[in-house]
Amino acid sequence: MPKQNNVSTPFWRDNRVIPIILQILFVIFVLIIGVFFINNALNGLARQGMEVGFGFLNGTASFNITETLIDYQPTDTYKRALLVGILNTIKVSVIGIILATFIGVFVGISRLSTNWLVQKLAGLYIEIFRNTPLLVQIFIWYFAVFLQLPQVKESITIGSFHLSNRGASIPWFEANSGTFVWTILLILGIVAAIVLWRTKLKSQVQSGKRKYPFVYALGSIIAALVIAYIITQQGPANVTVPILGNFNFEGGHTLTPEFLAILIGLTVYTATYIAEIVRAGILSVSKGQVEAAKALGVKGSTTMRLVIFPQAIRIIIPPVTSQYLNLTKNSSLAIAVGYADLVFVGNTTLNQAGHAVEMILIMILVYLSLSILTSWFMNFFNKKTQIVER
Amino acid sequence: MSSNLKPEQTALQTLDPPKSTLGVYGWLRKNLFNSFFNTLLTIISILVIYYILKGSITWVFTTAQWAVITENYRLFMVGQYSSEQLWRVWTCLGLVSLLFGLSAGIWKGTIRNLSIVLIILYLVHTLVPFVSSTGKMWIIINIGIVIIGYLTGPKIPKNKAITLVGWSLSFPLIIFLLNGFGVFPTVKTNIWGGLLLTLLISIVAILVSFPIGILLALGRTSKLPIIKYFCILYIEIIRGIPLITVFFMAQIMIPLFLPEGFEINNVIRVMIGATLFTAAYMAENVRGGLQSIPQGQFEAAKAMGLNPVHSMAFIIMPQALRAVIPAMVGQSISMFKDTTLVAIVGLIDLLGIAQTVKSNPEFLGRHMEVYVFIALVYWIIAYSMSYSSRRLEKSLGVGER
Repeated sequence: MPKQNNVSTPFWRDNRVIPIILQILFVIFVLIIGVFFINNALNGLARQGMEVGFGFLNGTASFNITETLIDYQPTDTYKRALLVGILNTIKVSVIGIILATFIGVFVGISRLSTNWLVQKLAGLYIEIFRNTPLLVQIFIWYFAVFLQLPQVKESITIGSFHLSNRGASIPWFEANSGTFVWTILLILGIVAAIVLWRTKLKSQVQSGKRKYPFVYALGSIIAALVIAYIITQQGPANVTVPILGNFNFEGGHTLTPEFLAILIGLTVYTATYIAEIVRAGILSVSKGQVEAAKALGVKGSTTMRLVIFPQAIRIIIPPVTSQYLNLTKNSSLAIAVGYADLVFVGNTTLNQAGHAVEMILIMILVYLSLSILTSWFMNFFNKKTQIVER
Repeated sequence: MSSNLKPEQTALQTLDPPKSTLGVYGWLRKNLFNSFFNTLLTIISILVIYYILKGSITWVFTTAQWAVITENYRLFMVGQYSSEQLWRVWTCLGLVSLLFGLSAGIWKGTIRNLSIVLIILYLVHTLVPFVSSTGKMWIIINIGIVIIGYLTGPKIPKNKAITLVGWSLSFPLIIFLLNGFGVFPTVKTNIWGGLLLTLLISIVAILVSFPIGILLALGRTSKLPIIKYFCILYIEIIRGIPLITVFFMAQIMIPLFLPEGFEINNVIRVMIGATLFTAAYMAENVRGGLQSIPQGQFEAAKAMGLNPVHSMAFIIMPQALRAVIPAMVGQSISMFKDTTLVAIVGLIDLLGIAQTVKSNPEFLGRHMEVYVFIALVYWIIAYSMSYSSRRLEKSLGVGER
């Protein structure tokens, strides 16, 4: 047999060598293309006399942003403008996610209603809004709905809420001297409520007698609020009501038509997807579970809360997470109506200061980190609801 | 063991169901008014439907001024495509009609329903007054083509192969016809617009992203670390960023990366962007399919002595792709809807045309009419796609085995 040992496989047929060669070839291929592109880009930039680098971010932005969460002046730097944009993106995404979840769950449950009409109505809503492009919907909300509302002087008024082509003016809260005390006591009350709920529930399970955990929890929060009122002798915050001034509403809080258009567009569109996910999740709970609960004499609402929902939520969370991510990414369509989100500010900066590559890099990085943050948060939530395997 | 009862007696003992569960009344009672709460819901729903219907019907028939649509209809459909060259678009449409008719005749089922929708759309166009008489002539020819295709399809020998080849050749042929490439007077891509451009961008993105997606999925599941992490990096980055940034990249960075003097026009750039974007999502769909294949299939293929390429091509991939067809149709629908974003980067697709038309001083303030019309066009196409995907899912029996 020693003779056979001498016959070695040629290296191009060796299973251990082929993958390495393939990968080396792949790396060389990618490198060549990369170098070719980057070289072209550097040459092109050199011809235009542009320098690569992030130094331009310290320059003066000199464009105005009407809607900001933090103080911003046109004299501030590009950096600050981008921060304003990022915060606006987060603002519209977070509010959108919350609203879309509520509407989606509501519609998803309606879709399973025993009432034929409600079921069809929910189905109609889903089919209409799911199958038209989001951008068209946002344009409809912006150009055909919010900008067509009456002038400020003839605004549609319901109580202290005013709707005009400048947006919606709503009453808003203003912190006063008591706000701090109120917040502290409210937090204390909630902590006490959670502790009471847990201990009472535990003793209820152990003793088998009703201990009313909910009443105790609610009671502790109410007690905390009453104490806060006694100490401060005033409400938690002053409410300011929008009042028609010379040109616009003053006081209160104004939601711009741009914000409303993008928010409602995102909410209505994403809610259709969430509704379908919720429906599928509830349907995935096996019928035997419901029947078993019925056989045990558990009433309908309790079956939903304690039997169906905890099982459905496991199926629901992963796809809903990707819908939340989609909503966050789709908030970039704000640029179409001029809501000052990250892409809008980024694009303005890009047009003013040049530096396209750097700006696009920044946008990509921000969106990637937002995506990672959201999925991290949802994974944490997902782990809590998963079945504990024995 | 025969029963003691005679047949007549059994018949006598079978009671009719109670009246209250029969007929319209029984149905209403069961589905709408079976409890206090449901009655309340029914009344609310009826009110909602009444107000929506009343509002929309009054708007459609009295308030809305549809002249903005009827006078710009050609713009909406083909954009600036010059009217002397319009016969080329019609020929392309004829080709598609023929293929639809043939497929409907051969396979029946879903594709037949889609062809019926196509014919209904054609008929609507022959009836409305604003389509020119040449247009109507072309449309009637198209209806004829669909019907002829439907009737002759089953009789042609080797009809399935011919039709499939026809479908695969149709796209390059259509591009050739539309562009001209010197054989006919060249119509540059930047003149293409309207629904034509929307459809072209989405078809290119869907078709081209499919093979790239398969490659990426294979790369991601491969055992070679460098290729694997490269694919993961690509897929995750693309999936983490919004499509609009990809389009910005395509518009701004592709020209930057190309050597001097070498230019790609913006329609092609956008198509590249859309394709690269969709490919990442396609890859994830295909990967889902690959993961659904039990390990036994890989082992069986190996045991049969197939090499990795053959086992992938003939054993694994066909099963994996079959499992994810619905997901991929879903992806195609969202790509189709997302082509609207090209309007933001300055292309005149259906939405771009809408923006242009409504800034025409003659039609100032006709926002709702324009948007409702294009929303309807998008809706018809997207809904047909999702309808066929649902039918396909049923006929493939995905999830039932």
